[in-house]
Amino acid sequence: MSTALSTAEEVHTHDHDHDDHEHHELGFIRTYIFSEDHKTIAKQYLISGILWAFIGGSMSIIFRLQLGFPNMSLEWIRPLLGHWIDESGKLDKEFYLALVTMHGTIMVFFVLTAGLSGTFSNFLIPLQIGARDMASGFINMLSYWFFFISSMIMFGSLFIETGPASGGWVIYPPLSALPQAMPGSGLGMTLWLTSMTFFIVSSLMGGINYICTIINLRTRGMTFTKMPLTIWSFFFTAILGLLSFPVLLSAALLLIFDRSFGTSFYLSEIYIQGQALPNVGGSPILYQHLFWFLGHPEVYIVLLPALGMTSEIIATNSRKPIFGYRAMIGSLMGITVLAFIVWAHHMFVTGMNPFLGSVFMFLTLIIAVPSCVKAFNYITTLWKGNLIFTPAMLFSIGLVSLFISGGVTGIILGNSALDINLHDTYFVVAHFHLVMGAASFFGLMAGVYHWFPKMFGRNMNKTMGYIHFWFTFAGVYLIFFPMHYIGIAGFPRRYYTFTALGNDSMAAFSDLNQFISIAAIITFSAQAIFAINFFYSIFKGKKASQNPWNSNTLEWTTPVNPGHGNWVGEIPAVYRWPYDYSKPGSESDFIPQNVPYSATPESNLPEEQMEIEREKDIDGLLGAQNESYNR
Amino acid sequence: MNYLIGILSIVFFILAILVISKSMKLNKKLSADESTDDALDSSNNANAYGMLIFWLIGTALGVWSFFEFKPKFLPMAASKHGVTTDQMFWTSMAIVTFSFFLTNTLLLFFAYRYRYNKNRKATFYPVNHKLELIWTVIPAIVMAILVFSGWKTWRDITSQAPSNSAVIELTGHQFGWYVRYAGVDDSQLGNVNYKLIDETNSLGIDFTDKNSFDDFTATELHLPKGQPVLLKIRAQDVLHSVYLPFHRVKMDAVPGMPTKFWFTPTISTSEMREKLGKPDFNFKLNCTEVCGRGHFGMSITVFVDEPEDYRKWVAEQKPFLATNPIYLEKVPANLKLKASKYIPIEPISTDSSAAVSVN
Repeated sequence: MSTALSTAEEVHTHDHDHDDHEHHELGFIRTYIFSEDHKTIAKQYLISGILWAFIGGSMSIIFRLQLGFPNMSLEWIRPLLGHWIDESGKLDKEFYLALVTMHGTIMVFFVLTAGLSGTFSNFLIPLQIGARDMASGFINMLSYWFFFISSMIMFGSLFIETGPASGGWVIYPPLSALPQAMPGSGLGMTLWLTSMTFFIVSSLMGGINYICTIINLRTRGMTFTKMPLTIWSFFFTAILGLLSFPVLLSAALLLIFDRSFGTSFYLSEIYIQGQALPNVGGSPILYQHLFWFLGHPEVYIVLLPALGMTSEIIATNSRKPIFGYRAMIGSLMGITVLAFIVWAHHMFVTGMNPFLGSVFMFLTLIIAVPSCVKAFNYITTLWKGNLIFTPAMLFSIGLVSLFISGGVTGIILGNSALDINLHDTYFVVAHFHLVMGAASFFGLMAGVYHWFPKMFGRNMNKTMGYIHFWFTFAGVYLIFFPMHYIGIAGFPRRYYTFTALGNDSMAAFSDLNQFISIAAIITFSAQAIFAINFFYSIFKGKKASQNPWNSNTLEWTTPVNPGHGNWVGEIPAVYRWPYDYSKPGSESDFIPQNVPYSATPESNLPEEQMEIEREKDIDGLLGAQNESYNR
Repeated sequence: MNYLIGILSIVFFILAILVISKSMKLNKKLSADESTDDALDSSNNANAYGMLIFWLIGTALGVWSFFEFKPKFLPMAASKHGVTTDQMFWTSMAIVTFSFFLTNTLLLFFAYRYRYNKNRKATFYPVNHKLELIWTVIPAIVMAILVFSGWKTWRDITSQAPSNSAVIELTGHQFGWYVRYAGVDDSQLGNVNYKLIDETNSLGIDFTDKNSFDDFTATELHLPKGQPVLLKIRAQDVLHSVYLPFHRVKMDAVPGMPTKFWFTPTISTSEMREKLGKPDFNFKLNCTEVCGRGHFGMSITVFVDEPEDYRKWVAEQKPFLATNPIYLEKVPANLKLKASKYIPIEPISTDSSAAVSVN
């Protein structure tokens, strides 16, 4: 081990004389609040994401109480919910829908998009490709503050008299367009749309920055095929977001026009509350197409970063190269392209032309192939590895398991003939919570545990990490596995209670619904272990070492607490791919990316001897690289 | 049952805690002389065994719970296409359960088997094109087969409805369903126009269309057994969705865009009652697209009748025009004669003529 390490250190210490990067002290506000440093912005995203996750999670607990214990008196949360608990001590029926809606919105956008992609794209892109910061620190700062404004508006909408948006997180018009259809479609919906507009602006600014940084600011030697899979996944995620979020913005704008300016993009022939509306010619289906054109890529926007980080963590902790590096990139690319042409599988039974249904069924099932490849590659990476179960590794393995378990039911739902009966039932709820919700959440947790030492210079408590993992892993399965059964039995989602199904079907599953609710409460409570560990360790955790996981990627060559500009001296050059773990012939079980092949003759593979000649070219780029920062 | 589930969940968590507490003890014992900063700690084996235990308990619970709850899933489909899709569902389910089980087993077993051992070095095994080709091609073939069978079924389900179908219109509104039948004389539904909706004519039936004269409305859905039924689906205010769970029928109701779904019911209500041994069993129609406060309660009862009973029921129903003769005034002059044959001559008719003359 020591050989590679010391070589690595030598390589980047002999450049110390050339330190032209000025470090001037910034005030508190510029350092911690309106910071342009990608690491601070990442932490801002992370902490915002964690706070949102607790808000979104607690909402699910409230509606799980209603579903699991429909006769329970909820009088005790009246201090919190006020008039949303009705006279009989029950949850208000409209507020139930509001909770479902806000849970979805918060989790999908604020936690798994901003909290996951926002945190780790910001944190890891410059550190892993060897850049001083993002391409534009200022736009990056704006990106976070637009997200913050968006958060504040959404948070504020929880407290208004008529309640937040309540038409489901997909906000299908006409329900979302007509305030007379439900109170949540009034001011709450206006705030939802305003908030999402800011959110989209934020994520576009972030996405442009990620793409520019990855294309332009890679350190010398860091070719695309030497980039860690994390960076590849952030790259594709940013492309997905950049191409699909604007479509959501147009969908939202047209909805705003319909709501406030009397247009009829989505409205036609409506008779509501004793009144025939003048709108004709619009189509609610148009909205659904626009929404899902974002909505489906969004699934991958939350999932791809998780998969990318998992690749990195599994390889590091298996002490083994990721299996099929190029196939992993290929499948990421395949998923990215296919993600744009599968959206209408959410719409098989909306009255869309059935021929379109056939086309989208075909395209949807194709996307299963790259996903299969990824799953098999992860499993093969574990095979004959030497596995170290850090909390991050445990969460990564958990992710792969959940990705498979949730993914396989996608094959059933993507089949339009089978989707007829399963559409909008708990089968769908179970499917996407496993594959998108829980899997991405596990990716987020894996990322936090793995890069915490780099973020805060301290370690999180590992034992608490293990406990957190086992509770969450068991809990997620206990919640969502039985939920499939309820779905197969045809229970529709977004139902306040199941009495109208008749024939005692509600009674048949009341035990199971109770069980799921209890499991949800335990799992949610177990997240407190994480919260305590996280916030305690920021201040009081054990001091971390420079490369605690013996990892190959560049972020671990920075000081324990990297300052502004990340590297003290020159940015290290990159000579090899990031997965040289347990290379035959090498004494150390890892060879960092910045170690040249000429320093490791004992372990070079025959085809790598040629790489030695290229080292001169790579070193020759140093001048140009410094030049680019001084311009 | 309740207790069983409770006990199992407790067992599950106790096991998790056991694994962890064991790891904590080991950790304490060894942490004195080892730097805890190291990625590897003494809990490594405990976590590896945890994977194995998780697999064991998970498999046991999965199998047990499936057989426990299987009788409570929806019983056999009560429509022709439903039988086909059910079969396909369970075939696909078998395929995916197999791959789910296999991959999860490999994942958790490898995690256990290849736990850290300081005497061993991980195998440098970055790529194997043959393997990757195999697991790209096999899923692709399986998918192709699934797509093909799914596509054929989907094509049949969404094909043109047979010409002898009973045509029934369902209209969703906050929060209920209106049912309208085409009537016995022309089996054609008359036009509707949302601007004609009033308190009585809640569907906005357009009486300038002669097809509307014999249309009748109902509060329950009656379907003929063994005969194709074409549902014409509308919505008045927001999106709704027609869901007949036992018939495996689902189609959204969209304001401004009529949709349709045709199917053939195969089991009558009384047969189903007998099969399930539940004399009070009834098919239901529910809403599956969130539509507001009353979404969850938006259901009506569905009766599947023997063909002769169905015909009898249809014959007994009075056209909307007959029960509300006041709408005769909306009928254009040249069709009045045709329409008036639906107006009963008895007392009601005098009432209505009085009303007409007042206007």
